[in-house]
Amino acid sequence: MQLPAPFDYERATSVDHTIQLLDRLGGTARIVAGGHSLLPMMKLRLVHVEYLIDINDLHGELGYIRVEPTRIRIGAMTRHRELLDSPELRRALPIFHDAERVIADPLVRNRGTIGGSLCQADPSEDLSAVCTTLNASCVIRGRGGERVVTMAELYRGPYETAVGPAEILTEIRIPLRAGGSSAFEKVGRRAGDWAVVSCGVAVWLDGAVITDARVGLAAVGPNTTGIPAVSQALRGRAPSETLFAAAGAIAAEYCTPVDDQRGSVDYKRHLAAELTRRALRRAVARIDGREL
Amino acid sequence: MSTEFVDNDRKPVGYGRMLRKEDPRFVRGKGRFIDDVQLPGMLHLALLRAPIAHGRILGVDTTAAEAHPKVKLVVTGAMLAERGLAWMPTMSGDVQAVLATDKVRFQGQEVAFVVAEDRYAARDALELIDVEYEQLPAVANVRTALDPAAPVIRDDLAGKTDNHCFDWETGDRAATEAAFADADVVVSQDMVYPRVHPAPLETCGAVADYDAVDGGLTLWCTTQAPHAHRTLYALVSGLPEHMIRVISPDIGGGFGNKVPIYPGYVCAIVASLLTGEPVKWTEDRSENLTSTAFARDYIMHGELAATRDGRILAIRTRVLADHGAFNGVAAPTNYPAGFFGVFTGSYDIRAAYCAMTAVYTNKAPGGVAYSCSFRITEAVYLIERLVDCLAFELELDPVELRLANLLRPEQFPYTTRTGWVYDSGNYEATLREALRIADYDGLRREQRDKRARGELMGIGVSFFTEAVGAGPRRDMDIMGLGMADGAELRVHPTGKAVLRVSCQTQGQGHETTFAQIVAEEIGIPPADIKVVHGDTDQTPFGLGTYGSRSTSVSGAAAAMVARKVRDKARLIASAMLEISVADLVWDKGSFAVVGDPTSCVTIQDIAMHAHGTGELPDGVEGSLEAQVHYNPENLTYPNGAYICVVDVDPDTAVVTVRRFVAVDDCGTRINPMIIEGQVHRGLTDGVGMALMEMIAFDDDGNCLSGSLMDYLLPSALEVPDWQTGFTVTPSPHHPIGAKGVGESATVGSPPAVVNAVMDALKPYGLRHADMPLTPSRLWEAMRGNPQPPV
Repeated sequence: MQLPAPFDYERATSVDHTIQLLDRLGGTARIVAGGHSLLPMMKLRLVHVEYLIDINDLHGELGYIRVEPTRIRIGAMTRHRELLDSPELRRALPIFHDAERVIADPLVRNRGTIGGSLCQADPSEDLSAVCTTLNASCVIRGRGGERVVTMAELYRGPYETAVGPAEILTEIRIPLRAGGSSAFEKVGRRAGDWAVVSCGVAVWLDGAVITDARVGLAAVGPNTTGIPAVSQALRGRAPSETLFAAAGAIAAEYCTPVDDQRGSVDYKRHLAAELTRRALRRAVARIDGREL
Repeated sequence: MSTEFVDNDRKPVGYGRMLRKEDPRFVRGKGRFIDDVQLPGMLHLALLRAPIAHGRILGVDTTAAEAHPKVKLVVTGAMLAERGLAWMPTMSGDVQAVLATDKVRFQGQEVAFVVAEDRYAARDALELIDVEYEQLPAVANVRTALDPAAPVIRDDLAGKTDNHCFDWETGDRAATEAAFADADVVVSQDMVYPRVHPAPLETCGAVADYDAVDGGLTLWCTTQAPHAHRTLYALVSGLPEHMIRVISPDIGGGFGNKVPIYPGYVCAIVASLLTGEPVKWTEDRSENLTSTAFARDYIMHGELAATRDGRILAIRTRVLADHGAFNGVAAPTNYPAGFFGVFTGSYDIRAAYCAMTAVYTNKAPGGVAYSCSFRITEAVYLIERLVDCLAFELELDPVELRLANLLRPEQFPYTTRTGWVYDSGNYEATLREALRIADYDGLRREQRDKRARGELMGIGVSFFTEAVGAGPRRDMDIMGLGMADGAELRVHPTGKAVLRVSCQTQGQGHETTFAQIVAEEIGIPPADIKVVHGDTDQTPFGLGTYGSRSTSVSGAAAAMVARKVRDKARLIASAMLEISVADLVWDKGSFAVVGDPTSCVTIQDIAMHAHGTGELPDGVEGSLEAQVHYNPENLTYPNGAYICVVDVDPDTAVVTVRRFVAVDDCGTRINPMIIEGQVHRGLTDGVGMALMEMIAFDDDGNCLSGSLMDYLLPSALEVPDWQTGFTVTPSPHHPIGAKGVGESATVGSPPAVVNAVMDALKPYGLRHADMPLTPSRLWEAMRGNPQPPV
């Protein structure tokens, strides 16, 4: 049994209470939601926490998926399982369902939350790639009120975010536009493993022409990355296998993977290309009402 | 796979499918594992481990740890050295540090321990120990371990000037060279069997309880060999053996990992001696993966000589074996490479030769039988990959090549060119059964169609012969202890029985299988037979469970002790029926008078009579019990034919194992459900090793596989629905003809998976790529850049 160092535990009753606790306890306190990243790191003594603030009682306040005409709002305590099981979310943004099917395992999905996933800022984290793909914005609340940041602003490097010591991520907002669809592709070494590379794609068509497209890649850089050059290459063009391959080549060129036990740099670049191609193919097919 | 089973209400009296007797306690959470042992006043021990792979210890300051309010004791290597306990013998003639005194020699090596009131305090206090190291260059690469410039790891051994561990050879070098010189075709292939870990879900641990008043030591311990451990503790510690009781309670998987004696066990004993209190040590997951016994780690160069039409003439191999920092191999004394000598496989090969060099590196010690029957996994992988390489070169179907070279039934008993006497087999029939179940020809047709469409489908075949049930006392021992096993059977007055065996179950279902063996012999239902094991005070002496030796050795003992009881029962029955022994006929569970089935007594009647006041025949004592000690005459040789079907994604190189057919011949089948369970486990193991498992190190000797997020074990999602089949060729020398099956699938499946992947990649002209075939490694191979994993 791996044993963490001593810590104190507080159970928050509301977002405001969480902020009060954070404010009082200072930088040595950490919020725990699902705990599937934080607790193992504490047990391995890679992270030392003096206070653990458990926000699982905030699920009533922060566990929701609200589909509005021009956006979807997802509460930070919404669990993977709820994202996987939501028919509304799947209809509007099938990328979530694609991703959630391959994130970890049922035990993790039952507890892990979207807010925890994003705040962990693991470079290989799939939901971060999804949110990057979808141009999500994140609502961060502190004593001074709320602020909204983009995904690019949220991430400041591996395991580092813009969420301050006395702040909490409360909501993820995803813009909705008609005429589009999305998809997610992942290669891991085993079910439940972190991605070797994963890739999200969102694409919008007007007739036979791509009006906009975005990709989000995980595990090929310090944070999940959207690659604007891919979007530029796709806009105004008719979808085709050649175009998808060209987009993949750009993704491969612009990403910055490293060699590790999960794979070589060359392989990861290759996957960035291949998965971009596959996700584009699938997302475009979905606009046509087809499932590949 | 059949999903039928006989309900326990209609369970067989003897062999057959029945649910496992031990499972109700496991599924209800009532198992009792090491960490469930709680004793009054029990203290907790935690081990401080080396953060670096190679370094000189300049000083250990324990002051702050000792000042921790809950800490009772802090012990360093220097303190153990004062008591002569800093080093202990390994099972292979080497020594291993209990706690490091001079140097640390692998990352994770034991340096000091803390005993505290609770496990949290013990763990916290480890961080208060200050060890000063002078870091030394690490020997992390086995291929350069013997370079003259390499730092000497084992300078504790007098006169040691290099990292050489041992040389070993087998076979006839001259005859083999002659065969190679005359051959039409020679294929040679380098291949690596990477270092893997048994990774039992229950990590290792112990609770030591020394009673200073009576001088007795009770050790609850995760051991697969409680009796052997007891003797070794007595020999090393000087405690009298009759005052040592080793209890191995429920064990959450062993797979060879729980054969060695680990420093943690010894530290727990020392801690109990010094504190006078019971002391518990339970290692965590990272400790288990980084410091306990690994398996494999063979760098092999193999060659086959053959005629152009595919007749295999000779095999030759050179092996470089990485033994880590201490030679901790658990194998019979005269077998430093385990049973690797069976590398001629299942074929009629006229000449064979192997030369092996083993070296020390700055890695964890071990080299255990990880479900491999002492290195047979490596041997089978070598020959089965080589046969496929030969098929590749000769453009022959790998099945046809195997059929042309398999040993034929009339050749048994067959003595291999390396001196192993295979007891029995009907290899062609076994292979043909696998081909039938798989519809091999249909698979090849499907593959042709898919190849035409650019899809990568592969069909891999392997045929293995195992050598299990170690072993005959003339040949085999572990640290001087003969590898026999005992059994004792007592039938109580009411006809219920207790069987006591020296082997120990770690999930294999002994409590069911051994009850069934006895039931088959004396006709008492398995439900009425309790199997006692895993406690040296409660069971006869024997060497334990590993190398698939439980059914093959202890199973034989169980059958023979039951026959001994039945023989006595026959005498008593003759007195009860007042008829001569010759006129009795045994019908499982009762003796009847020949020609008069109504005149009969059941085994239960006999048991009551034996304990009662009735007449007994001359020279027959009361009670109905017996004891035997079974010394196997030979090993048993289970075998099997495996066929794996994979699909490889041409773009991502992801391998999907789509089908797997396993036909096992383990001789007499006692409980087919348990056999299938064992086979399913081993096949899963094989897929894991072929595709994902490896204990990796960086250039500094840091272990990169210290958690189950890094050391990947396969899950249900990586494996197909297994299709199992069987043939039955009983062992001629085993009392019930059973051969053992526990490790067969682990031994046989890795080459089937790799052969299938290579078969899928034939359009790429690829003949070999090393395990683990992760997507990245395979993709590199597909673009012409196959790299060994070490």
